[in-house]
Amino acid sequence: MLPSTFLKTSIALLAAGTLALAQDEIPVGEFASLTGGSASFGQSSHKGTALAIDEINAGGGVLGKKLKLIFEDDQSLAGQPATIVRKLISQDKVVAVLGEVASSKSLEAAPICQQNKVPMISPASTNPKVTEVGDYIFRVCFIDPFQGTVMSKFALSKGWKKVAILTDVKQDYSVGLAEFFVKHFNANGGQVVKEQKYSTGDKDFKAQLTSIKVTKPDAIFIPGYYAEVSLIARQAKLLGIKVPLLGGDGWVGDSLLKVAGTALDGSFFSCHFSADDKSPSTQGFVDKYKAKYGAVPDDMAALGYDSAMILAAAIKTAGTTEGDKLRVAIGATKAHKGITGTITLDEKRNAQKPAVILGIGNGAFQFVETVAP
Amino acid sequence: MDKWPKSILIAVLLGCLIGSPFVFQINPYYYDILLGIGISIILAASLNLVNGYTGQFSLGHAGFMGIGAYASSWVTLSYGYCLGANTTSTTTVFLLALLGGGLMAGIAGLMVGVPSLRLKGDYLAIVTLAFNEIIKGVIQNAEPLGAQRGLGGMVQHTNFFWTFGFAALTVYVVVHLVNSTYGRGFLAVRDDEIAAEAMGINTTKYKVLAFVLGAFFAGIAGGLYAHFKQFIHPEGFNFLRSVDIVVMVILGGMGNTAGVCFAAVLLTILPEFLRSVSHYTWLPLWLQQIAENRMILYSLLLIVLMLTRPQGLFGGLGMPRRRKDVEK
Amino acid sequence: MIEFLQQLIDGFSQGAIYALIALGYTMVFGVLRFINFAHGDVFMLGAFAGLYLGPRTLKLFGAGPSYIGAAAVMLLAMLVCAVIGIIIERLCYRPLRERPKLTVLITAIGVSLFLENFGQFIFGANPKSFPELINNRAFELPEWWGQFSALTITISQVLVVAVTLVLLIAMRHIVLHTRMGMAMRALSFNPVAASLMGINTDVVISFTFGLGSALAGAAGILISIQQPSIDPLMGVNAGLKAFVAAVLGGIGNLPGAALGGILIGLLEYIVVGYVSPTYRDAIVFGVLILILLVKPTGLLGSSEREKV
Repeated sequence: MLPSTFLKTSIALLAAGTLALAQDEIPVGEFASLTGGSASFGQSSHKGTALAIDEINAGGGVLGKKLKLIFEDDQSLAGQPATIVRKLISQDKVVAVLGEVASSKSLEAAPICQQNKVPMISPASTNPKVTEVGDYIFRVCFIDPFQGTVMSKFALSKGWKKVAILTDVKQDYSVGLAEFFVKHFNANGGQVVKEQKYSTGDKDFKAQLTSIKVTKPDAIFIPGYYAEVSLIARQAKLLGIKVPLLGGDGWVGDSLLKVAGTALDGSFFSCHFSADDKSPSTQGFVDKYKAKYGAVPDDMAALGYDSAMILAAAIKTAGTTEGDKLRVAIGATKAHKGITGTITLDEKRNAQKPAVILGIGNGAFQFVETVAP
Repeated sequence: MDKWPKSILIAVLLGCLIGSPFVFQINPYYYDILLGIGISIILAASLNLVNGYTGQFSLGHAGFMGIGAYASSWVTLSYGYCLGANTTSTTTVFLLALLGGGLMAGIAGLMVGVPSLRLKGDYLAIVTLAFNEIIKGVIQNAEPLGAQRGLGGMVQHTNFFWTFGFAALTVYVVVHLVNSTYGRGFLAVRDDEIAAEAMGINTTKYKVLAFVLGAFFAGIAGGLYAHFKQFIHPEGFNFLRSVDIVVMVILGGMGNTAGVCFAAVLLTILPEFLRSVSHYTWLPLWLQQIAENRMILYSLLLIVLMLTRPQGLFGGLGMPRRRKDVEK
Repeated sequence: MIEFLQQLIDGFSQGAIYALIALGYTMVFGVLRFINFAHGDVFMLGAFAGLYLGPRTLKLFGAGPSYIGAAAVMLLAMLVCAVIGIIIERLCYRPLRERPKLTVLITAIGVSLFLENFGQFIFGANPKSFPELINNRAFELPEWWGQFSALTITISQVLVVAVTLVLLIAMRHIVLHTRMGMAMRALSFNPVAASLMGINTDVVISFTFGLGSALAGAAGILISIQQPSIDPLMGVNAGLKAFVAAVLGGIGNLPGAALGGILIGLLEYIVVGYVSPTYRDAIVFGVLILILLVKPTGLLGSSEREKV
């Protein structure tokens, strides 16, 4: 039972799997969920990241070297990110880590990156706590409070004064968005007429919707995830609720419109990026993504792409891959022209960038407007 | 038989003492796996007391682990520096927190152990599963514990010495207990509860004791886990985690501590091994993908093992076979 | 008031789904005395069978959604699930029939995990949109109902309850009034004696598995008509809840399973509406523990002594 024997075996086994890295490559780590509960987001962000790395390498790489993306699947399991990040850092000697979408996974990996002084850029963890872990942790998305405020501003600008809210109490993300929406909305002349709750995995929302219906709101704010939102929309239509539904970036998912059909027509949500954006850089990204994966990129893909691009740009500015200098370079990112808007990282290592508001009509997304921070 | 646990305990503890300065030099990834192995051994050996030796079937071990993880984290987060900021004081608080976590889990074990008096087999399995879900549900609603956000900010106290020290202690207690005259009662309860009762064995006491002790050590393992990963989340202690531990016990052979420990080692290394396999680009793509989906392999392993060797890889070697198997 | 009634209506129709799944648990338990853990995943496979076979089958009965088309899809899914159920029993459970119950339970957990993870591998982990089998809409409630006309009752809800009722009666008929049913009861009463009386136990057990799995398949289609978003893990929760329902009603007892299913459905919706959605699972499982402690045989079950 001596552990050292097993240690030796394990090292032998694992060493066999180690990738030999050539000297002319810069290893970059990435972790995301390709399987399990949050696979939908992880697959998209991974595709976006991989596309960015390919593009950087096709353009000659950085510092005369190619980037090598070393990817690990955390299977949506708690406990995995910590192990994976330790592997990426100690075994693959990555210079930086990209990931994760889910805040709980990022929060697990962040302390390890911080302790090892390896910069970590999260593409899409919107929980404010993630970057509070330390000065090596960054993100390229906006945070929950911002999104709640954006949607409140949007509702007010549309002249909707009475709004009901349906919150996913199991998701911190949803609760956060709702909290900041209410704060801004009530302070600026709006009135929240009803607050109702559901939790992830629910499939029936008729009771909540019935009680919302009798308050006759102008709109319903549902800051949840696409899986539930699509069913909520269908059931709202069944109940004869015709007011627009409002939401956040959790709505983005390929099954949203497939499941909801036309039930979401007339609704609006805030997100990071619009594939309809006519700017050449966005269209270029959309075309390349389509060519490679045969699908239209979503927010997570765009954020994954931006996270890798910001890292590559920072490696160039730093002129080195040393953690400390790289950290400073990433933190100094100013007005980076990303697919998800012009990104500036503030002193709290959060991205300052505009949000995009998309509308839904005829079962498709339509660009409505951009809201600056 | 009575002598070997003690000598092994001493050997492992000595090994840990001598080894601990050196392990700091190894690659942190291997260190991560190594501590994972230690924690798995504690979990598997303690579950083996319940499932293997006492013949109960618990599907909720991860719940106790979660209680230990959250309770000990709460203690170190709240009172981590109450004795001072130097290493000795914080380590003392850490050990007290581990103990507290273990005790909390033990109390929960008592709550599960009592229903076990009326239930057996399938029903008991489901009740323990239900307890696991309830524990998870309560944590998910507990604001001071971070609720759905998870709890972070713990200092990394867990190291090689403590992990394997507790692993050795767990193995020692379990083996020593079941091999003592007193502990023969566990085996009697497993082999034939009615006969055991008729022989004057207090089956109630043994069943509850098995649950409480098993839960206590699972709580310790949870505390070690929390202070190693530094971030815990309710989903990390769900039913699937419990199944992981059950697979270790079954693979090793129920009621065979050495086998169970070996299975714990094997099943902790296996996913990481599969991880590296999934990077072998010369393998066909579908094989790489299967390797990434380790749960597919786990479940197949479980089925095949039950069909071909239900006593586990190492079961039935040192222990008498279960009555029904012998009859067959 | 309206909200409460709406909760009851929705809870009732959800409960009917649980009842259908619980019937399968109960039948298998009645005959074999073991919990088929993979039953919830067979339910999931039923939904996926509908996803793949649905559009093609609908085309045979005209282009759009139709009741006859939906019925055909449901029968097909039931057939697929019955075959899957029989295969699972043949490959994984039959070789273990003489082994301790725990061995079989562990195997069943293995089968369940395998179906879930292999399902994710084959179908993808993302939720899939289920094709529209019927034109689901809400009934227009008459004006004179006053405030109650604000209630929403959908066609699918009525359909779920009706189909569950029909299947429950059919099952009762099969068990009580057919030769196969008599054989099932004999097997449940005493397997050894039954086989000595010339009952082919293998056939009876296969039949039971097929029947139970077919019910799960029907439930898979019905839930997908109500909530047209399906994923490979949808069977986990539904399976556990249905199991609780079966235990609550008294496992091995057909009307008990139906009663338990309805009660669990109602309980869930009341907890969601008046306590907190996050406590839903914890409270349902709490009920399970309570029932097992107070009356382990369930509401309608009869007590049974363990033989030495």
